[in-house]
Amino acid sequence: MTASADIAHQEHSNSFLTKYVWSQDHKVIAIQYGVTAIMVGVVALVLSALMRLQLGFPDQFSFINPASYLQFVTMHGMIMVVYLLTALLLGGFGNYLIPLMLGARDMVFPYLNMLSYWTYLLSVLVLMASFFVPGGPTGAGWTLYPPQAILPGTPGSEMGILMMLVSLGIFIVAFTMGGLNYVCTVLQARARGMTLMRMPLTIWGIFVATIMGLLAFPALLVSAIMMFLDSVAGTSFFMPAIMSLGEQLDHGGGSPILFQHLFWFFGHPEVYIVALPAFGMVSDVLATHARKNIFGYRMMVWAIVIIGGLSFVVWAHHMYVSGMNPYFGFFFATTTLIIAVPTALKVYNWILTLWRGNIHLTVPMLFAIGFIFTFVHGGLSGLFLGNVVIDLPLSDTYFVVGHFHMVMGVSPIMVLFAAIYHWFPKITGRMLHTGMGKFHFWATFVGTYLVFLPMHYLGFLGVPRRYFAMGGTDFIPASAQSLNASITVSALVIAVVQLVFIYNVIWSLRHGKAAGHNPWQATTLEWQTPDTPPKHGNWGPSEPVVYRWAYDYSVPGARDDFIPQNVPDSEVVVTDKLAFAKAGT
Amino acid sequence: MAITLIILLLIAGSVIFHFTSVWWFTPLASHWSAIDTTINITIWITGVVFIAVNLFLAYAIYRYRYKAGARADYQPENKKLEGWLLLVTSIGIAAMLAPGLYVWGQFVSPPADATVVEAVGQQWHWRFRLPGADGQLGKADVRASSELNPLGLDPNDPAGMDDLIIDSHELVLELNKPVKVLLRSNDVLHNFAVPQFRVKMDLVPGTVSYVWFIPTVVGQFDILCEELCGIGHFAMRGRVLVKESDDYQQWLAQQQSYRQYQARLAGDPEFGKAHYQVCASCHGAQGEGNQALHAPALAGQSGWYLKRQLRAYQQGLRGNAEGDVFGAQMIAMAQLVRDEQAINHLLAYIGSFNPNLVQAEPGNLHNGQRLYRNCSYCHGRNGEGIFAMNAPMLHSLEPWYLTRQLDYFKRQIRGNHPQDFYGAQMSLMAQSLHSEQDIADVVAYINSLQPKAGLTQGDSNDSER
Repeated sequence: MTASADIAHQEHSNSFLTKYVWSQDHKVIAIQYGVTAIMVGVVALVLSALMRLQLGFPDQFSFINPASYLQFVTMHGMIMVVYLLTALLLGGFGNYLIPLMLGARDMVFPYLNMLSYWTYLLSVLVLMASFFVPGGPTGAGWTLYPPQAILPGTPGSEMGILMMLVSLGIFIVAFTMGGLNYVCTVLQARARGMTLMRMPLTIWGIFVATIMGLLAFPALLVSAIMMFLDSVAGTSFFMPAIMSLGEQLDHGGGSPILFQHLFWFFGHPEVYIVALPAFGMVSDVLATHARKNIFGYRMMVWAIVIIGGLSFVVWAHHMYVSGMNPYFGFFFATTTLIIAVPTALKVYNWILTLWRGNIHLTVPMLFAIGFIFTFVHGGLSGLFLGNVVIDLPLSDTYFVVGHFHMVMGVSPIMVLFAAIYHWFPKITGRMLHTGMGKFHFWATFVGTYLVFLPMHYLGFLGVPRRYFAMGGTDFIPASAQSLNASITVSALVIAVVQLVFIYNVIWSLRHGKAAGHNPWQATTLEWQTPDTPPKHGNWGPSEPVVYRWAYDYSVPGARDDFIPQNVPDSEVVVTDKLAFAKAGT
Repeated sequence: MAITLIILLLIAGSVIFHFTSVWWFTPLASHWSAIDTTINITIWITGVVFIAVNLFLAYAIYRYRYKAGARADYQPENKKLEGWLLLVTSIGIAAMLAPGLYVWGQFVSPPADATVVEAVGQQWHWRFRLPGADGQLGKADVRASSELNPLGLDPNDPAGMDDLIIDSHELVLELNKPVKVLLRSNDVLHNFAVPQFRVKMDLVPGTVSYVWFIPTVVGQFDILCEELCGIGHFAMRGRVLVKESDDYQQWLAQQQSYRQYQARLAGDPEFGKAHYQVCASCHGAQGEGNQALHAPALAGQSGWYLKRQLRAYQQGLRGNAEGDVFGAQMIAMAQLVRDEQAINHLLAYIGSFNPNLVQAEPGNLHNGQRLYRNCSYCHGRNGEGIFAMNAPMLHSLEPWYLTRQLDYFKRQIRGNHPQDFYGAQMSLMAQSLHSEQDIADVVAYINSLQPKAGLTQGDSNDSER
């Protein structure tokens, strides 16, 4: 049965359940993914507020002790990286945008797609359930390093760690189902005329990130299985002969560093699994709202592909001080700094896209600019940590916390907000409220900078991360505590500001200004659907045909400052034939 | 144009913060100035790029903001410009990478004449080992680790017999002498980090890693564990003292060899009996304690712990703080038994006492159990005390004593002396008991853990020894 026959069938069985719950429509699945991810992200946000309370105002809160603090840290990190960012960028935006931007009617395997979401939901439920088991969730740090992750000196070593490993396993199953689907859809279901080099950068980012995920997540899966066996079946994959709390254990012969290699073989590509879709989406937001083609499109595509490839040979830069053979440092420092070159190129091209543009400072554009600023900051601090000898004093300090939050927390979240404000009109048919959106942007942008910039300096000082309390440490001045308090205040303010965003979404669903089909006057196919929000099947009776690349903004000689991808030259209203011909679109 | 303005403000703010920040590198105390130089090169290059790129961003936004009737340029690419940008970026990257790799080359190659020291981590403590007269460290394996041999030295390796065992959180190093620190863990991952030396490396069970440096400043420097190692991670502290050669040699001469260390608690209860008479007047003939005289029970407490406390009183690490009236009394009494052998005899005699059944105070056992979870990692599930964790027996201590000590730890009356590492650690942990009720509950729970009268006391007493 073809996809369109499937859809026709489903359109007829119009019950609420098949339409909104057991839906095979990529758009409904995308919203399910998105809403679930945002809800679990709110949990992670609350956890970060709890840990900031302890750091800013130590020992003032009876519900925070050394064990629960580590549990907050661990769950915050894992939820944000995997269950929020990965799920929202790929499961949410990937699902929504791939078929629409490519001119397809749906994913090529709609049933598998549905299964992917429900499996993801199961992984989230297992993870949330770990808050309620004896001993609570794991407090091993989001990196889950053995041996401590499965030994009693670490909170959650009874049940929490096992539930975490099981949940990750389920998540990976869900990701694999979704991921295979995205890759096949990009390769097989593009509209006529949509060559690979005409695809919007959003799709390129999601496409490459998904391939990376399919290659990287298995490393996490096997390490989760091996650690699970070490914990319950007495194997010793990661367990050398050791003691625990004064008792000799029966383990012997395993290697804790092996786990770290496996984890970071997943973990570093994971950074780009989050970053590449964000790179792609922000490119499209910038081009649309600057009314200008993305600068250096081909270079941008190659940069995405090269970054994706290189990100598989840099993983051990997370392990410079792990006790691995120190000579590895030469290789990994070199590969890591090389990856900065294509990344820097992307930054230049984003800014050169703005240059000589006609910049509309809409809310999505503001967030996209916020992304550039924070990403530049986070990328540059990465040059410190990637350079092995500089990592020596800075590793495991607040410099690392500042760096990865800037580059992997704030900047992708800037893009996520840009994307939500940008595509919400297509998803719901209504605009988000601009005033609330601008307030949300200013508070989030400035606030997060006030949180994470000072952390770099605590790191220069040498303040270690993952400390419940500093206690008496000679080299840390008392003023560091005041700085920590101010960071906490900023963090709490930002957390509260997010309520404005949530209110805006709910309010606009009902009261937002009607959006029309193409409120931003964008060129890409998702804005050319016959219905907004698009109906199941997306395109009505006839699928679109693509005649041009995704960035025909402000083409000389054309009357309008944008030409949608599905408009042939013959239908463009041309005011200056010579100029239009010269532009050679 | 608020966004342009804000970006300019953030750039200016970052630069001002950078130059006025009081939070900056801790002053260097090793020869690794090359590391600081490399960081400074990177700060300058990245700082210039940060300012330049964002200024250009701000200017572009301002210059090309939306104007009705304006139209954007149409320029899909500019290969020449992109080529230049690639080249300049690559040069900048190379300028940061090259010195970095050069200095790393030095870091991975310790000089042949470096003094070798071993640092062993175990939740949540440091111990150290130095080679003896033979100049080499004996073989060691965690599987040989025990109360008499915490570092797990191979009893069949003669090279280890004269190794010096530093059963303390404090390591002394010689000024201006290269040192290679071998890093070993008995349980989980730990990390040896001394910010002033700019060195940092994980301890990995099953393997030996290292760092090297030349200490160049006399003084004391914190050792921090910077690899998450469980709930006591933040309290795992050590210290390096850097001393002039003479002082260092003096310290070295006082350290026990492995052979001496094994005999550190060997004593004869018969000789100890005489020494105990003076203790008995307060602590009771059978070490049962006396609340009226503020003397805690000693029966059932492990010898290594009593010895450490006796030494702590003698050296002024305990009982000296303002507010510790009863501790101050003990300082004077502790001076009466200073001789190592006499102390061992005394401890052997105390070790022959059977612990009394302590009358527990009422408390919420459920809450106590919840709170005790964090204590149990070190003090044992049944409050029996664990040598490897440096944690004393608790279950047979009287409630009034436990309560007072928890209060002292919490208020840093106990554990505030800079040399009292173990006390300081307990002081950090005690902060998470938030109220008097919490303390009462956890004490009630601890006392509920004592072995029931008569049946197991003999056994548990044996195992203490």
